[in-house]
This record gives sequence, structure tokens and C-alpha cells, in this order.
Amino acid sequence: MDNTKRYERLRDRYRNGDLDRRTFLGLIGAAGLAYGLHTPFARGALAATEQVRFDGWGGVVSEAFRQHAFDPYTQKTGINVVDGTFGGGDEYLSRVKASQPGEYNIAHLSGVFDYARYHGLGLTTTLNEDNIPNLQYVIPKLVDVFRKVTDGTLSCVPYDYGTTGLAYNRKHISDEEVKEKGARILLDERFKGKIGGWADWRTRIWYASLQTDQDPNGATDMDAIWEVLRTHRDGLLKYWSSGAELMSLLAEEEIYVTEAWSGRVYALQEQGHDIGYMDPPNGFGWQECLFVIKGSPMEACEELLNFMLAPETSIAVAEGQNYPPALDPTKVDLGAKIPTLPAFDPTGKLDGLTFADPVYWNGNEQEWSKMFGRIQKGY
Amino acid sequence: MTVEAREARQPFILLSPALVSVLLLLIVPLCFIVVYSFWLRTATGADQVGFYLDNWREALSDAFYRDILLNTLKIAAITTAVCAVMGYPAAYVIARSRGNKALLLLLLMLPFWISYIIRTMSWINILGASGAVNSLLMTLGITDEPIRMLYNEASVILGLVHFLLPFMILNIYVSLEGIDTTLEDAACSLGATRWRTFLEVTLPLSLPGLAAGGLLAFVLAAGTYITPIVLGGPTDAMFANLVFEAIITQLDWPLGSALSLMLLAVLGALVLLYNHFLGMGQLMKGLS
Repeated sequence: MDNTKRYERLRDRYRNGDLDRRTFLGLIGAAGLAYGLHTPFARGALAATEQVRFDGWGGVVSEAFRQHAFDPYTQKTGINVVDGTFGGGDEYLSRVKASQPGEYNIAHLSGVFDYARYHGLGLTTTLNEDNIPNLQYVIPKLVDVFRKVTDGTLSCVPYDYGTTGLAYNRKHISDEEVKEKGARILLDERFKGKIGGWADWRTRIWYASLQTDQDPNGATDMDAIWEVLRTHRDGLLKYWSSGAELMSLLAEEEIYVTEAWSGRVYALQEQGHDIGYMDPPNGFGWQECLFVIKGSPMEACEELLNFMLAPETSIAVAEGQNYPPALDPTKVDLGAKIPTLPAFDPTGKLDGLTFADPVYWNGNEQEWSKMFGRIQKGY
Repeated sequence: MTVEAREARQPFILLSPALVSVLLLLIVPLCFIVVYSFWLRTATGADQVGFYLDNWREALSDAFYRDILLNTLKIAAITTAVCAVMGYPAAYVIARSRGNKALLLLLLMLPFWISYIIRTMSWINILGASGAVNSLLMTLGITDEPIRMLYNEASVILGLVHFLLPFMILNIYVSLEGIDTTLEDAACSLGATRWRTFLEVTLPLSLPGLAAGGLLAFVLAAGTYITPIVLGGPTDAMFANLVFEAIITQLDWPLGSALSLMLLAVLGALVLLYNHFLGMGQLMKGLS
């Protein structure tokens, strides 16, 4: 029996409820080991690709990926997954731009606008979708937006989605107050010095659009936006720049309110912190994908993507990182925890989320990112 | 080849590994940065190759860059002054101690075994809202709620002093070690008090070490970007943060190159001034 068949049988047993998740992952590991011992030549054929590099957001997200996807994948294929982290998409893109082709392989990117930027820089690839049969389980809306950017082909597979909403410490701010004030709570004088904010120009301008009653995907009064950004800055304790820093500032009560990533807040709540979370109307919805960068070993990457999209893996990772998977809940039973996660849409249509329009944001990126940089520093 | 010609070539042969290293690791990358500074960033983030002066025009004419540069120099100067005031007594104690000098020097070097970022972040646990100092103050009933000590210019300077103090102490220590102590004895035997001996003999003779430590601390402080990110507030950015932001966040490598060359030029000018008045010999001595 070849290893793929062995894996598929195990997966069927897991789906039928004959195996629990821990046993399933353990047996995959054992199968991988046995494969390595008994068929060294077949393993040698795969060894042409010895490792795949994956870069993501770090913290609980990385831990979930390592535990539920990378280690089982390495045991199955013998291909090592080297995982790195980044604090933001802009920072990572500059690293990729400075690298040699093949140095970076798969990235956990956020937003279609990032996908479009990579495409603009000639860094996309064309995936052979026949090698990724698990793509059939993904919410179609999440796939289609990427196809539009790359002329019907895909350089990535959607993996999860979430929101950047309002997080607040319930000891100091009530749910009612956040509901009433919405995004404007980030400008409230009462919390001066206890407000946080992500040092990301898109998120800042998105929230400034909400605070000035403008369409976040089509603001017209930019002067009002810059003014609100200055007001926000003046009340700020600190611009945070990573998920770990966000969690630390909230958990240590350095800040009482900030916009925050839904999964990170859920993780804080799981740890017992009394942190509330609310998506204001037109809050920032985003989707994340596993993007294959030009110069990567395609077959090894496609196999890893397929492995990661397998419902068992995808659900386990989603439960670990606290973001709903890109799997269509009308096609796949997502278990008990995922429907409780923030931003989860049981219909699979995602109509309740507002995503960033890549053309609008990328078209203004050069000017707005620079302008925000100045305001951020006191101008 | 004559003996004279062979002897004339010998220094260059001996120096060639160092010259090749400097060429490959310093001069060539610097040339790349100079070339980049004349390119342009396009809307997609790709660079437009050519000879454009736009980046230089922006870097040199925009008040934003000038103000941040001045603020950076101010923070570096304050940091250097604090390091000098704190570092001199420490260096003096080490230099004049008899039995435990090696132990004191080892203790001085200990912080270098821990990552600079970790050392910087450790202040969050000390001065943060639920950090050691605030916890103690609240436990003792001195304050009811945490005092804000982080995320301002003072905490940035504190972080920089923490990082740079050992460099300052080492330089002053080297200078004090080189002073012939019989000169101090002679001053005392001529009736000078210990304080006057220090002011008129020890301090003047150790000034080159103080200056060398000052130069090192100033240059390193002016070039830092981690400390303002970790310990600074919204408006405590330093010039290196602008370079980081242009290159990493805005993907504007050409402007980032121009800005980094601007900082290099300012700091290079300071080093030249130092060399003109004090010479680099003392600095090299301190570094060794």
C-alpha cells in the first residue's frame, strides 16, 4: 500500500469516527516513519525537495500550524517545513523582494490586496489545481477573488478568515458603551493614554473612515481622515506592531481599548482575560491565503497545501489559531468549536463581512502609507 | 624583483584579506545603496532604474526628515551625557580596584551575553503597568494606580543608556588604566587633596577615553531603531525608524537608501570632527 493510500484510509476512518484526532495524527506520523524505513528509494525520489519554507504570523497561529500541519506533513513526506514569522505583510514583502528565487516558498498572506501586490511584482506562480483536490471544500467566494487578480489561475489557496474589530477591557469599558460608540471609542478622551492601535496604515485609514462616517472602501474626504488619525494618535499609548504585542498590552492592562484581530482576542478570552470583542458596522473583514512564491518547488508546495486544506488538518489548525477555516460549512462539518469563533459565517457566503477592495487600497498605497507614517510620528 | 620592491609590496599583501573584506562587506554594498538612492519607487512597489534626484530632493528639503534628524541627535546627545555621568564613576572604581578587577570586568561584559532586544524588552516587565516597580509601589500603598513610566522619550533614553553604558565604561576604564598612578601620588605629595588630584590630574588624562566612549555611544544611539519601537510612544521615532519604514513598510528602497546615506553622512561628519581634534587612536584602543 502506498503512503498516500494509507493516509487516505486513515482519513476515512477519522471521518467515520473510528479514530480520534490525536490517534489520527499519531498514525500519520507512524505511517510516515514506516514509509521512510521501508521504501528508502521512493523517499529518495521525494528528497529532491528536502524542505519547504513557510512564513506566517507567529504566536498561537504558528503553534497551530506546527502542531497540526507541518509536523504531520514532514512525517508523511519526509520534507521538512521550515517556518519563519513576520509582523506584517509589508515587512515580509520587502524580505521576499530582497531574496533569491526559491528562498521563500509559502506565505500566510492576509488580504487580496497583498496577493495583487505580489502579482504586480511578478512573484506569483500558477498552481496545478489537480494536485490540490481539497480545494473543492473551500468557500467559492474566497477563491474567486484571487482568480480575478491572476486571470483565472491561482497562486494561492484561501485558508482562513477573520475580522479586525474592537477589543476592550470589560473592567473599564462595558459592552453597551462599545456598542453605542462603535469605532469612535478609539477617540474617546476618557481613555487617553490607554488606547492602542495597530501600526498598519490600511487598518488605521479603515477605522478613520468609520470614525468619519465614510465608506472604508471609498473615502472621499481624506483631510477628515488625516485629522481623525491625528486625534487618535494624541490619545494613544502605543502603536503595536505584532499579535504578541497586542496580546501583551491588553493582558497587562497597559491599554483598555484597541482594534484587534479576532483570533487573538479569542485566545485572550480562552486564557481567562475579561476582554470583550465587537465588530462595528463595516468592520474590517479579511481573508488569509497560503501563497506560493515564484521559484518554489511547486509539487512539494501543492502537496503541502492539499494536506493543509484536508478538513481534518484545516479544522485542527483553525481550532488552534482561533480563526474560522476557509472550508465551506455547507460542505464540511466544522465541529463544535469553530461555529463559536468570532467572524464565523455558517452560510459560507460571507455576506456579513466587508473585505478590502484591492484596487482601491493598492492604488492609494504609495501616498497613504507615507502620509500615515508622518502622522504616526507627530505630524 | 628587488628586495626594496618586495618589501614595499609586503604591507599590501599582509593587509589584503582585510582590504578585500572591507571592499566586499562595506564599500560594494555602500555603492549599491548610492546607486539605489537615484532610482524611483513605482506604484507597484517595483523600482524604476535611472538617475533621478527626487529622493534626495525630498530627503534634504522636507522639514519632516530634518526635524526627526534633529530629535535623533538630541536623544543621542542626552543618552551620551547620561552614559558619561554614570559610566565614569563605575570605570574609576573598576580601574582602581585591586583584587576583584577581573570579576568586575566580567560583570560588565555579562549583559552582552543576552540579546539586545530581550534586554530592551525587560524594561516592560520592570516599568510596565503591572511591572515590578508599579507592583511594589502599589503594594506599599505609595500609589493607588500604576504610574505611567513607559512609552515616552524618557524610557527610550533609559533603554539606550542600558544598552550603551558598558561601551562608555570600557572606554573610560582603558583610559584610566593607562594613567601612571605615580602622577596622582606626586600631586598628593605636593599637597593636593584627593578631589583636586582627580580634577587636575586624573580627569584631564582620561578625557580621550571619555571622548572615545562618547563618540561610540552617540553614533550607536543615533543609529538605533529597536529601542524607540519597543519603549517609545507614538511620537518617539528616531531617524533609523524612518529608514526602516521607507524600506520595509513602504517598500521604497530608493528613498530609504537616500535617508540612510543622509544619516551616514551626518554621523560620518561627527567622526571626522572627532578624528580632527582627538584622533582615532584612543577609539581603537578602547575598542580593542
